[in-house]
Amino acid sequence: MVELQRLRKTFGPIIAVDDVSFTVGQGEVLGFLGPNGAGKSTTMKMITGFLTPTGGTVKVNGFDMQERPLDAKKNLGYLPEGAPAYGEMTPLSFLAFIAEMRGFRGAELDRRVAETMEKVNLEGVARQAIDTLSKGFKRRVGLAQAIVHDPAVLILDEPTDGLDPNQKHEVRGLIKTMARDKAIILSTHVLEEVHAVCTRAMIIAKGKVITDGTPAELEARSRRHNAVILRLRGPLPDGVQAVLEGVPGVKRAEVIDEGLAEHEYRILPADGQPIISAVSRCVHRQDWDVVELSVNRGHLDEVFRSLTMPAQALS
Amino acid sequence: MGRIGVIFKRELIGYFATPIAAVFLIIFLMLAGAFTFYLGDFFARGQADLIPFFDFHPWLYLVLIPALAMRLWAEERRGGTIELLFTLPVTLWEAVVGKFLAAWCFTGIALALTFPTWITVNILGEPDNGVILASYLGSFFMAGGFMAIGSCVSALTRNQVIAFVISVVVGLAFVLSGYPMVLDVFSGWGPQFVLELISSFSFLTHFNALGRGVIDVRDLVYFLSLIGFWLFATALVLEWKKSE
Repeated sequence: MVELQRLRKTFGPIIAVDDVSFTVGQGEVLGFLGPNGAGKSTTMKMITGFLTPTGGTVKVNGFDMQERPLDAKKNLGYLPEGAPAYGEMTPLSFLAFIAEMRGFRGAELDRRVAETMEKVNLEGVARQAIDTLSKGFKRRVGLAQAIVHDPAVLILDEPTDGLDPNQKHEVRGLIKTMARDKAIILSTHVLEEVHAVCTRAMIIAKGKVITDGTPAELEARSRRHNAVILRLRGPLPDGVQAVLEGVPGVKRAEVIDEGLAEHEYRILPADGQPIISAVSRCVHRQDWDVVELSVNRGHLDEVFRSLTMPAQALS
Repeated sequence: MGRIGVIFKRELIGYFATPIAAVFLIIFLMLAGAFTFYLGDFFARGQADLIPFFDFHPWLYLVLIPALAMRLWAEERRGGTIELLFTLPVTLWEAVVGKFLAAWCFTGIALALTFPTWITVNILGEPDNGVILASYLGSFFMAGGFMAIGSCVSALTRNQVIAFVISVVVGLAFVLSGYPMVLDVFSGWGPQFVLELISSFSFLTHFNALGRGVIDVRDLVYFLSLIGFWLFATALVLEWKKSE
């Protein structure tokens, strides 16, 4: 539904987006990750037709954004960064304006506006000026204008930025319910969001796609993927670490915390393979007093850092 | 209603949803009245026409229309709504024209609200209402010229103060281009046709021509092509500066 081919954007000598190609199909929610200035927003602005690419093509639902911009834009909903809206308008008049711009009239327009307001819970503030609304409501207004025409493709630039945890949960729920029959691309800084809503995650840095896969695949690239966290109640004999490192499949056991009452270890697998069964058997044999035994799925933020930061900065 | 109409409607309602409409209308009507009756000596002249009223319009517009125009695009840019607008299924041209027409129409409303002056002169004497109508038309078209300049300058910057100042200066150049102040710059070295060309760009020349009561198509064409040119420039500037 969204097809990018060798998309490029330069601003003078600066290469903002460098030869980016990918396709997002129906039912997919693509999480766009990357440090600030990586080219996420610029890419989204080209997909939505706001910026003209220096090179390459964007197709939305089969329509080329350069050749048939109006048809492409009709199939697209976009929440720009910061959810801009005309502040003097009310959510009601603003949504009616957007719906009218998108070609709806009369009863159909009223129905769409009412349905959308209900979907994003805006009825309570329908007649207040948008300028006077809280950040959470403003974000919902932005989301509402993006979905009022039920587009096949949805582009959301940081949809949950600045929202409180409840509002985040709500917006994510909304995205998930819409995901089934749409192609959604969202950008985010919050890595937990990728878990919560995305079926696919892409990291871009310096205008280039660095990785592209499911969130689980991304996590698997973490050094700590499938690591086991073990917490034991003391006092313990010496050499626990050595015993753990003797378990088959274990590469290393790190001490996280060795207090008097409790000891905590992180046990890293040799090559990302699950080792919890083996560790569990070992613990059982040793008859240690276990407080916690859990698998670490891997840390996205660690993967993110290792992929987007220069090697020397990491060490 | 087409997309230009939808934008036009939103913009026009927008003026009245903010204090802009009230402030602009009150100031415009107050100044227009003050200029006419005090500076223009409307009563002491003892003549049944609106010349002292219309004579001040270029100067009134010079300051007030940039104040109205400065927000046209600068505000869209500052608030980020420009991104919203241009990702809707609308062409650049439709957006430029829609917004301009709303602003122009708003100045038309302000101008129409000066009707008590017209009533006054009709009560006091028997003016040539044809001349007055032609002057109103000229004034309205001139307002469009100022507004189109302001629209283009507003697209250049997100800073409304800068937009205001530059619009005033450009507007002043157009008002004065028939006057020695501007012509002297060229008269020493420029050939005669250049001088004539420059003075033919003057707002005043065309406005005064209409004010004599002769609706010459050339004067209207002048203002319309001026508006067209500046709106075209607005679209170009918007396309050029979109990414900023």
